[in-house]
Amino acid sequence: MSELWEAFKTAIHLLVTLDPEVVQIAWRSLWIAATSCAVCVVICIPLGNMIHFNRFRGKELLLSVIQTLYSMPTVAVGLIVVMLFRRSGPIGPLGLLFTPDVMVIGQILLVTPVMLGLMISALSGIDKAIIETATSLGASRMQAYRICTREAKFAVMTAIVIGFGRAISEVGLSTMVGGNIEGYTRTLTTAIPLETGKGDFPLALALGIVLVFIAFLLNIALYMLQHRRAWTRLFIWRQS
Amino acid sequence: MAPIIETKGLGQAYERHQVLKDINLKIERGDFLALIGPSGAGKTTIIRLLDLIETPSAGQVFFDGIDVTRSSKIRLNARRRMALVSGKTRLKARRRMAFVQQKPTVFDMSVFANVACGLKFRHENKQDIRDKVERVLELVGMSDYRNRNARTLSGGEMQRVAIARALVTDPEVLFLDEPTANLDPASVAKIEGILARIISERKSALLMTTHDMAQGQRLAGKIGVLINGEILQIGTPSEIFFSPASMQVAEFVGVENILPGTVAGKENELAIINVNGVEIQTITDLAQGENVHVMIRPEDITFTRTRDTSSARNVFEGRINKIIPLGPLTRIEIDCGMPLLGVITTRSASEMELTTGSKLFASFKATAIHVIKRA
Repeated sequence: MSELWEAFKTAIHLLVTLDPEVVQIAWRSLWIAATSCAVCVVICIPLGNMIHFNRFRGKELLLSVIQTLYSMPTVAVGLIVVMLFRRSGPIGPLGLLFTPDVMVIGQILLVTPVMLGLMISALSGIDKAIIETATSLGASRMQAYRICTREAKFAVMTAIVIGFGRAISEVGLSTMVGGNIEGYTRTLTTAIPLETGKGDFPLALALGIVLVFIAFLLNIALYMLQHRRAWTRLFIWRQS
Repeated sequence: MAPIIETKGLGQAYERHQVLKDINLKIERGDFLALIGPSGAGKTTIIRLLDLIETPSAGQVFFDGIDVTRSSKIRLNARRRMALVSGKTRLKARRRMAFVQQKPTVFDMSVFANVACGLKFRHENKQDIRDKVERVLELVGMSDYRNRNARTLSGGEMQRVAIARALVTDPEVLFLDEPTANLDPASVAKIEGILARIISERKSALLMTTHDMAQGQRLAGKIGVLINGEILQIGTPSEIFFSPASMQVAEFVGVENILPGTVAGKENELAIINVNGVEIQTITDLAQGENVHVMIRPEDITFTRTRDTSSARNVFEGRINKIIPLGPLTRIEIDCGMPLLGVITTRSASEMELTTGSKLFASFKATAIHVIKRA
């Protein structure tokens, strides 16, 4: 019991003194997850609207494929990315394997289906009259999509936060494509098992606390979004 | 100049259910057409087709002479040889129109932002947007609400926001779908007032649907009667109300006495029509021997206790079958060889001491009767 307590005390010490290693790893995790999440937002908002508001052959199939990909194991995505990016693979010459860049790419592949699916379900929650009204008011397709996204803003925010959560908490993909290289591709989730294995409980615990704290912040953010309108103006457009 | 909107053989079907059939409309700038008809007749569908929200299953829609029926299809156009109607052409046409829906949908933003939407879509500059929105909010009496979230408004207020939102873009064609349905009388009066002002001020074309005949009569210059997906008659309000072209139109516009008969005799324009053995004098172009329907509006029948020697050519004696009080008015059904339905004020009904079975004279002028051919 005292060993646990000691580890906890050291972990707190590492956090309070802003230990360079902890800060660096946490910052890298956040940066990679945020980048991949941002790219996903740029992809999923227009794409989600296009899929939801258009009728086309194979739409049902596409929707069920997206849903299936929700539960795509992170290691399976990792496997695909490694095969594509390894030296002799089709995109190998770029030399991206075991870099933060490929981790971002991998996370984009991992998060897109979830965010896209949630985006579509967010849009299906709004009244069809919204897009018709926008269209009748003279909106182009893109303008109408913007109105609809704005109407579904809380569900859209939820989609983004959940996507970010999946990106920052996954382990398998980061390990496989990033390689857990110290000072380069080591993130919170890859460092924790390593340090635990090495027996460095204080560091593992400190990193774990950071991870839980991020999750906590995400939830707080979500709660605040749903109770304040401050974000709204920032996100789509300001009232002139 | 081509009419602002023209349709040729327009039809719409949803999963084999025919909603509209062969609609041929021509709307000129400055026209105000009211479409009246029972619920489910297809009134909203017509507007949705003309506003280019839906695409029809048959026929064509022309906006300012250009075929805008459907996008991304190559269509032959007589004047322009071949015209590719892109989604952009439809968007451009749509941006010259505005549509006030029956159940207005407002966006989850302030009243001001709601009204500003159409202008933003058209990329107008901020200053213009501010000026135009303020002006139109003034017009509909919603200036004090500009910062309220539109979702928190009452039905009548939302309807005014929807009207403001439509007017702010200065549309060449304005569609109003039952603009006062489900509103309280005070809101109806307010909105009709706004509409009357728009009508007097604008040169744009207006198309309104309503199931309230009286409203169509009050506001519109022309009325179209839409029943079961077909426009059965288009004309001035008095043509529609006093000379309905068919049984269905007559029934819808409140002609409650529709009696089958035969033209028994003719002297110039004056004709005698035999209805169930009773001879009615009227004016008609139809020839002797024709089978006809005789239509008399209940308001045109006068009831008296004694044989009145007024100018009315038709005076019949009968007995009261039914007395139905309807507030200030009372409906009287009498049998005078043929059934007749009329209205008198409740006050005179009580002064005349009318009771079921009592004797009464019904009279109406020869000119108050409308005669149509019976198939």
